[in-house]
Amino acid sequence: MNAAHSDMAAAAPVPPKSFIEDGHSLKSWLLSLDHKRIGILYLLSVSFFFLLGGLFAMLVRLELLTPAGDLMLPDTYNRVFTGHGVMMVFFFLIPAIPGSLGNFLIPLMIGTRDVAFPRLNLASWYLFMAGGILTLAGLINGGVDTGWTFYPPYSSTYTTTNVMLVGLGVFINGFSSILTGVNFMVTIHRMRCPGMTWFRLPLFVWGHYATALIMVLGTPVVAITLVLLILERAFHFGIFDPARGGDPILFQHLFWFYSHPAVYIMILPSMAVISELIAAFSRKRVFGYHFVAFASIGIALLGFLVWGHHLYVSGQSVYAGTVFSLLTMLVAIPSAVKAFNWAFTLYQGSVVLEMPLFYALGFIGLFAIGGLTGVMLATLGFDVHVHDTYFVVGHFHYVMVGGAMMGYLGGLHYWWPKITGRMYNRFWAYVSSLLVFVGFNLTFFPQLLLGYMGMPRRYHSYPEEFQVLNVLSTAGASVLAVGFILPVIYFMRSLKRGADAGANPWNARGLEWETTSPPPTANFDVIPVVTREPYDYYEHALDEAAKARPSSAVP
Amino acid sequence: MNFQLPFTPEQASSMALEVDQLTIYLVAMTAIFTTLIGVMVIAFAVKYRQRVPSDAVGSNFENSAFLEVTWTIIPLLIVLVTFGWGLKVFFRLSRPPANAVQYYVSGKQWMWKIQHPTGQREINELHVPVGQPTELVMTSEDVIHSFFVPAFRVKQDVVPGRTSKLWFTPTKPGRYHLFCTEFCGVEHSKMIGTVVVQEPNEYQAWLAGAPAAKSTAGAGAALFAQHACNTCHLDQEGGRGPLLAGIYGMEIELADGSKVIVDEAYLRESILHPTAKVVRGYEPLMPSFQGQVTEEALVQLVRYVKSLSDTKTASHASRPATSTTRDSQGAAQ
Repeated sequence: MNAAHSDMAAAAPVPPKSFIEDGHSLKSWLLSLDHKRIGILYLLSVSFFFLLGGLFAMLVRLELLTPAGDLMLPDTYNRVFTGHGVMMVFFFLIPAIPGSLGNFLIPLMIGTRDVAFPRLNLASWYLFMAGGILTLAGLINGGVDTGWTFYPPYSSTYTTTNVMLVGLGVFINGFSSILTGVNFMVTIHRMRCPGMTWFRLPLFVWGHYATALIMVLGTPVVAITLVLLILERAFHFGIFDPARGGDPILFQHLFWFYSHPAVYIMILPSMAVISELIAAFSRKRVFGYHFVAFASIGIALLGFLVWGHHLYVSGQSVYAGTVFSLLTMLVAIPSAVKAFNWAFTLYQGSVVLEMPLFYALGFIGLFAIGGLTGVMLATLGFDVHVHDTYFVVGHFHYVMVGGAMMGYLGGLHYWWPKITGRMYNRFWAYVSSLLVFVGFNLTFFPQLLLGYMGMPRRYHSYPEEFQVLNVLSTAGASVLAVGFILPVIYFMRSLKRGADAGANPWNARGLEWETTSPPPTANFDVIPVVTREPYDYYEHALDEAAKARPSSAVP
Repeated sequence: MNFQLPFTPEQASSMALEVDQLTIYLVAMTAIFTTLIGVMVIAFAVKYRQRVPSDAVGSNFENSAFLEVTWTIIPLLIVLVTFGWGLKVFFRLSRPPANAVQYYVSGKQWMWKIQHPTGQREINELHVPVGQPTELVMTSEDVIHSFFVPAFRVKQDVVPGRTSKLWFTPTKPGRYHLFCTEFCGVEHSKMIGTVVVQEPNEYQAWLAGAPAAKSTAGAGAALFAQHACNTCHLDQEGGRGPLLAGIYGMEIELADGSKVIVDEAYLRESILHPTAKVVRGYEPLMPSFQGQVTEEALVQLVRYVKSLSDTKTASHASRPATSTTRDSQGAAQ
């Protein structure tokens, strides 16, 4: 993008205060309407929930080190794995990238001063925190042992645990998601700077638009479902309880109508990050820009039509299973389109083998396995055997950790110098990315094998023949944990000791790199005017070459 | 042909090989595409890397309709083949052979209760003879469970308020894991058992030694008398309730004029919610037996009603049930 304001910025003698310098009181952060500060609030809170979810995960892996359930009681174990799922899904994976990077970057990328509704944005964070704290209270005070899927009639009638409080927490958190979605959509529709047409939007913005679509259309359904569950539990409405004429399978339909698209809430922002990383470090326009953009929308829309693949063995009709299988398979097409276009973005690029690119390459490999094991699971005759086994657990961790988490880490490593103005220690960042990659595969590949061997998920104890692979998985989880803790340390250190990153440390194109790091509260001195398509590395280089030559010199 | 793959449970049912073949295809597809993508991105990243850090930029090769169509069409064709193959196996898994022998399974926190067609009962063990097409008719007394035998490659959720079915033909004598795969509470991981596949003669010996009980239908007949069902459902025309002999499998007309096939689900519903679908020509007089009969008793009652249509001892039993409604149409409002 060619921004017309760059000359003027050079002329301004005193740069305006960065958003970080603009107020130091706690109140100035907690009541800030600045999308960047709200992004930081999200960054801190999702990181907290992630570490908590990670702690639960380590407890699960430690219990599974031995076949006998000897570390904790089955009751405790069930609460721990439910805590892991609820924390990670609702309070980390869904809000992580949109809440932190999306909030921070979308207004910068489209050349505006804030999101369309700054107050709503802050309200959204408070709802998120309220939901998170309620859920946490529920998990500590009694816990929940239903799994994050809350299937009745176990959740509605049989369990004695704190389903209501946790359900309420997740319900309130849903509103945060809806408000963020609405805010992003309106911002992207109405706040683009002059010249920023739809096809000049960075793919990060396209990915978040698709995500917002799911947040707005899908979340109300899970909210209704949780309300029904709470009513069922409190007043025995008989919607899901067969003893009162209800249907437990109805809950599964309603739940997955949201919760399958929710997987795309997790993965689309991550794909959006990857598009940015690949373009920046190939120094080249994203190959097949339009296809990658529409693939995001395609995934978001198709995602609403595939929920029934969670019900192949639950008593859904064979024909419904058939239709859902076919529709699920189709999601593979836009996903494959993205992967091949990323590969061809590298082709004939001028590839800079920098830190964040490693996360992008790792993402592509792991997401390929995650996506293709998804196709395997969509295959009817195969799913029957592996349904509700560790194969499913391995698959969705490839998508969520290998996909969503890798994208999140890649994005943080790429935009950290923009957000904080500081560069982190690259050596430790390489070490961490290697540990994450190796630890990840060591943790989750054995789970795919365990699943095919027949080990069911959510088992507190298991037959002895499954032990070797479980030990490998636990060993991998330990490596992974170190890989996740390292960034916390070197990111914190960079705040004090990191080298000054400058406005554009990666020499990347994009409006966010044209303002200072960290950006001023108003983002830009003058609202930029966009004259070209995004990722204009090639055209920009021609401009530079023309500038460098005396205008008379014609070759 | 039989072969044992690594990380694969034993192939002990007629479907196991078919599922494993599908798996080999799927694993190959996954491996090929992951390798293709992986090799492409690594090769391009290495080949086009900046050897000396510079401001150099990539080429302006940024789209190609040919490539986009190629990597849309090829994956599309592959997933269609995958879908078709999976569907073929799934249809076979969903359709039991006509001669399958029915066993009754009831799941409850945290055990599997099984009843043989000849009446023998066992808990957390299922004895079956090798080579016998076997169908399990399953229901749950409390929460959702799921019946999974890895060696047979079969699984089916067991849902309260519903009857679900699963079938297999064991091909190899041995002892195989039976797991509950739908989270069902505190002792979910203890809701496991063993499927014991025996040679037919061993199975017969086991049956003879097993605690003998009434057959399912026999137990159902006792319940039928105990709950005084026979005061309305007489064994001839003219009772306050429809004649049950021969009714199973028939299409009957309901009071609202719609039609329904009398199957296990309908019989079950008619015991629990008798007024939901009243046969044309009859008053909605029957009380609900919800809460009065256990899931097991329900299975037995349904099985008994079904058995009335197996035997054609009484000549009137073979009369189509629809004629029952026609005879008494005048009584309908």
